Parts: sequence; structure tokens; C-alpha cells
Amino acid sequence: MSTDIATRRTVAQVLDHVWENRARVESRNAYAMMLLALARENPNLACLTADMNFEDHFAGELPRQHVDLGIAEQNMIGVAAGLTVSARPVFANGMSPFAIARAFEQIKIDVAGANLPVKIVGTHAGLASGHYGPTHHSLEDLGVIRMLPNMTVVVPADSWEAAQATVAVAEDPGPAYLRLGRQATAPLYQERGAFVLGRARVLREPGRVLFIATGPHPNLVAAGAARELADQGVSAGHLNMHTVKPLDQEAVLHACANAEAVVTIEDHRALGGLGGAVCEVVAEVGGPPVRRIGVPDIHYDLVGGEEYLLHHAGITVSNAVAQALDALG
Amino acid sequence: MLTQSPPRTMSRGLSLEIRRKVIEMSASPNGVHIGGSMSIADILAVLYADVLRDPAAEGMSGDRDHLILSKGQASAALYAVLAATGVIPQAECATYAEEGSRLGGHPMKRLPGVDFSTGALGHGLPLALGVALAGKRFDHGKRAFVILGDGELQEGSNWEAAMAAAHHGADNLVAIVDRNGWQISGRTDDCMSLEPLADKWAAFGWRVLGVDGHDHDEIRTALTRPVEPGRPTVVIAHTVKARGVPGLEDTKQSHSATLGTAARRAALAVLDGDRA
Repeated sequence: MSTDIATRRTVAQVLDHVWENRARVESRNAYAMMLLALARENPNLACLTADMNFEDHFAGELPRQHVDLGIAEQNMIGVAAGLTVSARPVFANGMSPFAIARAFEQIKIDVAGANLPVKIVGTHAGLASGHYGPTHHSLEDLGVIRMLPNMTVVVPADSWEAAQATVAVAEDPGPAYLRLGRQATAPLYQERGAFVLGRARVLREPGRVLFIATGPHPNLVAAGAARELADQGVSAGHLNMHTVKPLDQEAVLHACANAEAVVTIEDHRALGGLGGAVCEVVAEVGGPPVRRIGVPDIHYDLVGGEEYLLHHAGITVSNAVAQALDALG
Repeated sequence: MLTQSPPRTMSRGLSLEIRRKVIEMSASPNGVHIGGSMSIADILAVLYADVLRDPAAEGMSGDRDHLILSKGQASAALYAVLAATGVIPQAECATYAEEGSRLGGHPMKRLPGVDFSTGALGHGLPLALGVALAGKRFDHGKRAFVILGDGELQEGSNWEAAMAAAHHGADNLVAIVDRNGWQISGRTDDCMSLEPLADKWAAFGWRVLGVDGHDHDEIRTALTRPVEPGRPTVVIAHTVKARGVPGLEDTKQSHSATLGTAARRAALAVLDGDRA
């Protein structure tokens, strides 16, 4: 491990390391490596945690810049806002369901309202906690956080994008929410490209159908569905909407200008998240019909692993293809 | 040992000025939290006259002090002290709660001298702990002061912060509890038992000081005590809600009220008597 650490001391070294190992690195570990590299370069960067253990190296190497607040997310977010009088940026790490839902009022008033450089990083987002159940799922976070002014909301699609997004979020002067999962997922990119906050990445040029996805599993579903439709002779585009707020409206409108159907995919409730955000944009210009794939509006207390839960919520290639074809009529 | 005598007349004059301005603001038909504003008038006066270092500095960094009014409903008292100390124009107090004013029912960060917007209870102590940790880790010398309501202590986030402050040795953090004994629905301890309050803080690892929250010498002595290394300090200030307002002292209805001309005149006359 120590030699591993030695080869990724700088931001550039971490980017290289994550790119080369993107198939096996978890997004949260790519983030943690990058955060440590950024903190080495910026002695005013602070890292707070609510009893997480994935950033252990940070506490060991840079104890002055690290504070563990225990299992107390409301206090952690308030402390993060208070620390910004001297430290910036301040990263506040927790499990998404707790860091977002329990501390929502602190995020609303102390972070978003005050427009402070607090970066809330939530792991275990979506259904990543699997069999741990609905207490540990985070399915409303995109919806509630994107309603707050000043917030930037970013959902990296793989470990490589997580490393890039960490740098972008650290450099941005405002508050942000970085949404991360748990397990390593298949890499989405064949080439190293630039990451720009608020600028969607075109993974497949627009066709009759447009898939818009955010996060690892939804983007893999979109990529698979677009390929399958192409095999059936139906052209389909794919946008990776890694920044849910501010939404890249230009990219959405450009890509759906000639599309006959839009399908959004997210591991979040089908209400209020990416799908809701896309509908708001598309409806205003009288665009094509939009189908939203996400977790249905029920208390989702099925027991099973992440893949199983995604499958039962319809976050699958076959459902994405079916929704697209149905929308085409 | 002879020490320089504290400038007690300054804080005394400042507290009278705070009370006068709060009474004037209470003409607002929208109502003013007059009870909780008057109960902290002496605490604010001592803080601004004798304790805080550069609390309204424009920049946030450096070794300046920060005051957070966690019980944001007492905004009128804060506006009064900011006006009396020249941070905002004196005349601005007359705009309290008016449309387009900077002076709302709860203080907002966009007003000079307000470092954090408050009013949602249970936010101030975590914020102050963050400031204190900034003073420990990033800007040495920085201190954090926070004024908490007693009813506010029913919010659990206070106790998350209390635990963390002692754990992280935030001895540059001073919490002042305005123990006026009332909240919206009535007596605090009828709504939710807070006592034994001093024991609770002590059990969380804090140094606990008790003062008469209207006795400037006692307040000053507590707030200027040398730190106890590694321990945060809480000052439990025993106060009277609406202190100084005839007919409203220690009453439930003083929580939020509009004072008519006669009531304001009577209250100002009491102040003038104090001044004489």
C-alpha cells in the first residue's frame, strides 16, 4: 500500500493511476486519493468526516486538515460552514442518505444559502447499499439538493470521472454535492477527455432516440440500450449528464432538437431528479416526449444487492430499449 | 495586584442604547421578539464593549473574533448593537421589518457584522465550533462566541456540537446560554426539562460558569477569564425575559410583540431613569 501511495502523490499522478486502473478502482477511493493529493497542494483544504473510514490516509498524513465529527451529520455540516472562515474548500464526507437527508436544513441555510465553499461528498448513493435496505438508500438526494440555490450537483459515472470531478469541484468557488456509489463499476470511457462542470459529455451522437443518464449504472444502461437500438436499426444518442445542477440545458436542447423520444435514466427516484430536471427544460420548448426511468414512487423495501434492486426498479437495458420504442410509437 | 479597572461605563451606556433601539423597533406592526432581545442586551453590550476583537471585520480570516447569534429571533438586539457601534447606520434601525429593508426578523449574512445567517435553531453552536476549529487549525488566535437560547437547547444538534467541541479541545469557543426561562409555548421546563443544565454541559466536558446575565461585572469577568486549556466554556446567563420593559418582564407574551406609543414611552422613561 505504501508504494502505491508513493506513486500517486500529486494530482497528475492520481489521474494517471486512476486512469490506468479505472476498471478496478472504486469511485470513492479515486475521490479519496485525489482529495489527499489536493490537500497536499493546498494547506487550507479541510476534510471533515462523519465516522467514515475510506479517507484514513488523509487523517494519518495531514491531521491538521482533518476532523472526524463522529456519527453526527448535522453538526458536521454546520462545522464545515463555520470552518470556511479560514479553510477553503471544506470537504464534508458522509454516507449520502445521512449527510443529505438528516442534515438538509444545515445544507439549505448554512451552506447553500450562504454560498460557502463546502463540498458535501456522499457515498453509498442510490441503491449502492443494497441489502442494507431503505434506511441506507439515498433516492431523494438529487431532487432535494438541486432545489437549493448556489449548489452544484455532480454524479461521476466511473472512477476516472470521480477523480476528475473531485478536482473540478475543489476548484469551483461555490458549494457542491458530489454523489458517489460504493462498488467499482465498469469504466465508461475509452479515451481521457476533459471534464467540465455543467457540460454534459456526448457518448453517442444524437439520433431518433436520446438517452440522458447520470451515474455509473444508469450510464452503462444507456450505453447498452443505445447499442441495442442501433442493432435494431434505430439510431440513439447518449448524453452523460454528470452535472445535474447546473443542468447543461444547451446540450439537452441541442441533442433533442431532432430526437423523437427522450429517455432519462437515474438510480434515484423517477420523481424530481435528473428526469424531472430534463422534463422542465424539454417541456418549456415543447420538445419530444420524455420517459423517466428511476426508482418508482413506493417505499422500496425489497431486499437484495444493488444489481437486483436496480433490475426490479427497471433500471435495465431491456426496459430502456422498451421505453424508447414505446415512446417512438 | 492592581489591574486596570474595566471600562464599565462603556458597556453600561451601550446596553441602554441597545434597549432604547429595541424599544423603538418594537413599534413595528410586524412585531419584535422583544423579550429575548432585552434578555441579551447586557450580554451583547459587554461583548461588544469589552470582549470581542474586531467582530465586524470585513474579512473572515485572521485572528479576529466572531459572534454568532444562534437565537436569531433576537435580531433586533443585534441590529441595535451593530448600529450603536457604527457597523450599520444608526437610522437603519427604523427600517426594521419594512419591505426591502436589510433588517429582517432573523439576521442575514448580507448585513455587515453578521457572519452567518441564523434563526433556524440549533445551527449556531456547530457553526461556532467550525469557527473555533478554524482558529485551532488554520488561523491561530481566532475565537468563537455564540449566544444560544435556552429553549433552543432542545434541538439535538447542540449536543452533537457540545460533544465534538470538548472532544476536539476547542478551548477558544465560548457559548453563552440566555437562560430567560421562556419559549413560545410557555416556561422552558414545562415544555421540556432542561435542568440540571449546568450538569449537562459539565458532563459533556465543558467548563461551566454561571452569571447574572444583567450584571455587567459578572458577565465581563466570566467572558474574560483565561481559557482552560482543552476545554470549551459555557456561560449560563440567568436573565429576565423583556428585562426593562414595564409590564412585559418575565412574561410569555413578551416573546413577540408590538409596543404602542404609550408603552414605548413608558419603557423609554424607565431607561431614562436608569441613565440618570
